[in-house]
Amino acid sequence: MTTMDRPVQEIGRDRRRKEDRRLITGRTRWTDNQAITGLLHISIVRSPFAHADIKGIDTSAAKQVPGVVGVYTAADLGADAVQLPCAWPITKDMKAPQRPALAGGRVNFAGEGVAVVVARSAAIAKDAAELIEVDYAELDPVLDMEEALKEGATLVHPELGTNENAQWVFDSGEAGSGGSAAEAIAKAEKADDQVVVRRRFRQQRLVPVFMEPRSTVVDPTGEQLVMWSSTQIPHILKTMLALTLGLPENKVRVIAPDVGGGFGGKIAVAPEEVVTLLVARKLGKPVKWTETRSESLLTAHHGRDQIQDLTVSVTRDGKITGLDVKLIADMGAYLGLVGPGVPILGAFMFNAIYKIPAYRFDCTNVFTTKTLTDAYRGAGRPEATFGIERMMDEVALELGIEPMELRKRNWISHEEFPFTTVSTLTYDTGNYEAATDQAMAMFDYAGLRREQDERRKRGDVKQLGIGISTFTEMCGLAPSRVLGSLDYGAGGWETASIRMLPTGKAEVVVGVSPHGQGHETAFSQIVADKLGIPFDDVEILHGDTQSSYRGLDTYGSRSLAVGGIAMVKAAEKVIEKAKPIAAHMLEASEDDLEFTAGKFGVKGTDKGVGIADVALAVFAAHDYPEGIEPDIDAHATFDPENFSFPHGTHLCAVEVDTETGFVQLHRYVCVDDVGTVINPLIVEGQVHGGLAQGIAQALYEEAPYDESGTLLSGTLVDYTLPSAADLISFDTANTSTPSTTNPLGVKGVGEAGTIASTPAVVNAVLDAVRQYGVADIDMPTTPFRVWTAINSAKGTAGRGDEANVASPGAGLGSNVKDSSVKNQGGAL
Amino acid sequence: MARIRTTVDGLVYEDDVEPRMLLVQYLRERLGKTGTVIGCDTSNCGACTVHLDGLSVKSCSVLAVQANGSEVLTVEGLERDGQLHPVQQAFHDNHALQCGYCTPGMIMQSIDLLGDNPDPTEREVREGIEGNLCRCTGYQNIVRAVQDAAQKMKPGAHAAPQAPQSVAGGGA
Repeated sequence: MTTMDRPVQEIGRDRRRKEDRRLITGRTRWTDNQAITGLLHISIVRSPFAHADIKGIDTSAAKQVPGVVGVYTAADLGADAVQLPCAWPITKDMKAPQRPALAGGRVNFAGEGVAVVVARSAAIAKDAAELIEVDYAELDPVLDMEEALKEGATLVHPELGTNENAQWVFDSGEAGSGGSAAEAIAKAEKADDQVVVRRRFRQQRLVPVFMEPRSTVVDPTGEQLVMWSSTQIPHILKTMLALTLGLPENKVRVIAPDVGGGFGGKIAVAPEEVVTLLVARKLGKPVKWTETRSESLLTAHHGRDQIQDLTVSVTRDGKITGLDVKLIADMGAYLGLVGPGVPILGAFMFNAIYKIPAYRFDCTNVFTTKTLTDAYRGAGRPEATFGIERMMDEVALELGIEPMELRKRNWISHEEFPFTTVSTLTYDTGNYEAATDQAMAMFDYAGLRREQDERRKRGDVKQLGIGISTFTEMCGLAPSRVLGSLDYGAGGWETASIRMLPTGKAEVVVGVSPHGQGHETAFSQIVADKLGIPFDDVEILHGDTQSSYRGLDTYGSRSLAVGGIAMVKAAEKVIEKAKPIAAHMLEASEDDLEFTAGKFGVKGTDKGVGIADVALAVFAAHDYPEGIEPDIDAHATFDPENFSFPHGTHLCAVEVDTETGFVQLHRYVCVDDVGTVINPLIVEGQVHGGLAQGIAQALYEEAPYDESGTLLSGTLVDYTLPSAADLISFDTANTSTPSTTNPLGVKGVGEAGTIASTPAVVNAVLDAVRQYGVADIDMPTTPFRVWTAINSAKGTAGRGDEANVASPGAGLGSNVKDSSVKNQGGAL
Repeated sequence: MARIRTTVDGLVYEDDVEPRMLLVQYLRERLGKTGTVIGCDTSNCGACTVHLDGLSVKSCSVLAVQANGSEVLTVEGLERDGQLHPVQQAFHDNHALQCGYCTPGMIMQSIDLLGDNPDPTEREVREGIEGNLCRCTGYQNIVRAVQDAAQKMKPGAHAAPQAPQSVAGGGA
C-alpha cells in the first residue's frame, strides 16, 4: 500500500512552469525545425496588386533553375477550385465568395498567392520564384468601407453583385429582452430631462503578429498524411482539410508541435497549408512552407477594422435609457474561418456591465480588396468594449458627471447577480464595486486627479490624463446550443481523457492546444488535486490528433473554463471507475469508501488504498470484481451551460507632451476578477501580455493601406510593436467571485487585458488634451496625431495637410481623408 | 562557396557555405542549432540573437562567412554540467516567457546587457533589451528576471555557476 504524501493543494499555487526548461535551453520543436530526409521547400509567388486579372503566368525560366523540382500555377494544382472554409455563416443569405488556395483568374488583395515553386532548398525556391513573370491587368481597388457599400461601387467580387457580406441585427425590443432603442432615443430627443449623445469611433486594422512566423510541413509518405503546422486549431484543421479537399478524415493526422504565439492569428485553414498539402500529395514527398515576416504581415489574417456609430440616450442625472450601435466591419477580400462572426460577438458586449433598458446592434460586413480579417485577441469584444467605454466618457462629459460616477450609476450592482442583460446573456457572478474600489485605491485616483489639476494650472508642457475602463467579457467559448443559435458550424464542448499508467502516473490527453498559455502546468495542477497524485506525475498530452483525437482547440479564453472542466469530469470518472476495484481490494463495501487526497479509505478505519495501487491492480488484472473491466481510464466531454464573465477595472494615467504630442504611460492599474485562480503566476503573465497588446492598439499599431491598396506596414520596421522601452510596469491584482456555472469556479483570462486596456489609454490621452478643444483622436494616438489634434484645436497647426502624409500612423487608406484627426473645438 | 571555420557552443566546425548565407541560417540549417530562431526579416525582433566573440549580435544580420575564425555562443551552449545559466534560471523563476519563441534571443541579449551593466535599473533593462520583441509577456517579467539574475550573478552571490568568459563577458 502506498502512502500518499501531498499536503499542498496545487490549485492556487504559483507553480513555475513545466514548459520552461525546453524553451529556455533551445530544445524546441517549432514546425520550421522539422528536418525530414528528402524534404522539399516551397516559395509562393504573390500578387503585388490589390485587384487585378491574371492574364498569364510564365514559369519557364523558374523551371530551368537547378534544384527546382516543380513550378505550379493554381490550375496545375487545382488550387483555384478549392473553397477554403468559413465556418460561421452569420445569416442565411450571407454572401460568400469562393476563396481559393491560389488565385486562378483574379487576385483580390495584395499578397494573394498565384503560383508556387518547389525546390531542394528554401533559398533555391525563393530565387526561382523571382523569375516567374505574371501578367496582371490592374482593376480598381476597393478600400473604403462606406464607399464600397454605395450604389455603383467597384465590386471586389462582381459575381456576388454587392460588396456587402451580410447584415446582422439584434433588437432588444424585438427579442423581448428590453425596449426599442429607436423609441427610447426618439423619446429622449423630445424630453427636457434627457440628452442624446452620438459619436463615431474608428477601430483601426491590426495584425496579431505572433512571434513565430507560420510554418507547415506535410509528409504524405505514410498511410496517414501528416501535417505539422503552426496552428492554434489542429483538430478543426484536420476536419476542415478533410471536408475541403475531400480527403478521408481517417487518412489525415495534424500535429501542432511547439507553437510560438497565436492571439487568434493561427485560427485558420490557411491557403498555404492547403498548397503545401497539394504539392506534397502531387510529388509524394515531404514539403515545407515557412513564411517570412513580411509574408506574415501581408497575408496572415488581420483583426479589428470597424467603423462604429454609437448613439446613447441618457437622463440628465446619468441613467442610460437607450443604446444604438451601428457597425461597418471590414472583412477584407474573403471570409476567414470565423471572420464574419467576429464583429457579431460584439453584439453581446456593447451593453457591457451596464443596465441598459433598450438596445439595438446592427452590423454590416463589407468586402474590400485588403487582407482578410478574422479573430485577433478578444475578437469582437475589444471593439465593443472600446465603443462603450469611450462612449461612457463622452456621456460623462456631456452631463458634467465624473466618469467613474456615471459608470456606477449604470452598472449592475453586486446584489443583482445573476443578471440577465438586454442582449440576453446571464452574468452569473461579479462584483464591479469591489474591483473598482481596490483599483481606485491602488491607483491613488484622487491623488492623480489633484496632480492633473496642478499641472493644468501651472500650464506644464507635460499634461496628465486619466482614463477608465470598467469592462466585462464573455469567454469560455462556448455553450454548443448558443453557437447553434448563431449558425456557427461547430459546437463549443471540450474533451479530456485520463490514462492511468501502471506505475500510478497519469497521462492526460486534452483537446485544447496551447501556444504559450502554460497549459501543461495549470492542467497538471488541476489533475494532481483531483486525483490526489503529485504534480510531477501528471503529463499533459496535446496537439497531435493521433493521441488527442477529439477537441475544439484553443481560442476565446476557453482552454481552462471549458477544457479544464473536461479534465475535472474525466478525473471524477477515473475515481468512480476505481472505486469498486478499491472496495474489492479492501474487502469493503463501496458505500463505506471515501476518496480523499488520492486515497480510498474505509470510513472509520485507517485502511485504504491509493489510486496508484488501483492503477497497478487493473494493470496486473489478477484479481478484480466480476462484471467490470480492468481499466480505470476515463474520457469526458464538457459542454458549458453558459459563458464565463470575467470583469475588471482598469485605470490608466498618461503624460502627454503638448509640444511633441508624445504619449508616455505614467501609471497603469488593473484589478481583474477571473474567478478562481489556478496559477496566479500564469494569470498575472496573461494580464501583462494582454495589456501590452491593448495598449499597443491605443498608442502604436496600425495596418494602413495606400490608395492603390498596398499595405504600408509590411515589415516590423513599419508595424510598430511596442518594445520593453515603450512600456512600463503594470500594477495588477485580482478580486474573485467564482463562476457558478462550472465546478472550478474559473472564468477566463487570456483576453481580459487586451479587451479592457485600449479604451482606458485613449480615454486618458483625451483627458489630457480636451482642455485645448480636442474632441477625439483616432487610434493609434501617435505623436503626430496628438500634436496635430492639439494644434488644430488651438489653430496653431502648420500646413494643415499633415494628416495626408503617407506614412504608417497617418491614417491613409483606412480612414476617410482628414478624418484621422477630428476637432470640434468648443463642442465640449 | 566559401570555407569557414567556427567554434559554436564549444565545438569546432568547418563548412563550405554560400557567401550570402546568414549566420542564423548556418546555425539552423547546417548545424541543427534550431534553438536559435528567425522572427523577422528586417533585424527588428532579435529572436535570432547569439553571441559572436562575446558580443550579442542578431544572427540574421551577420553572414556566416563573417563568423569565420570566431566563437559563437547560442542559447544551446549556456548550460554547464546540467546547470542552467543564472539568466535562464531567472527567466524560469520569474515566469519571463510564455510561448518561448523570443526567449533564446532575449536570454542572449540579457546576458550581454548584464556583462555591460551588472546592476541595471528597470529603465536600463528596458532600454537594453529594446531590440528584442516579445508579444506574450508585456516585458514586465522579463525585466524582473534580468534584475533577479543580476543579483544572483553578483560576485559572491550564492549559487552562481562559473560561467565561461564569453557567457559572462558581454561587452568586456
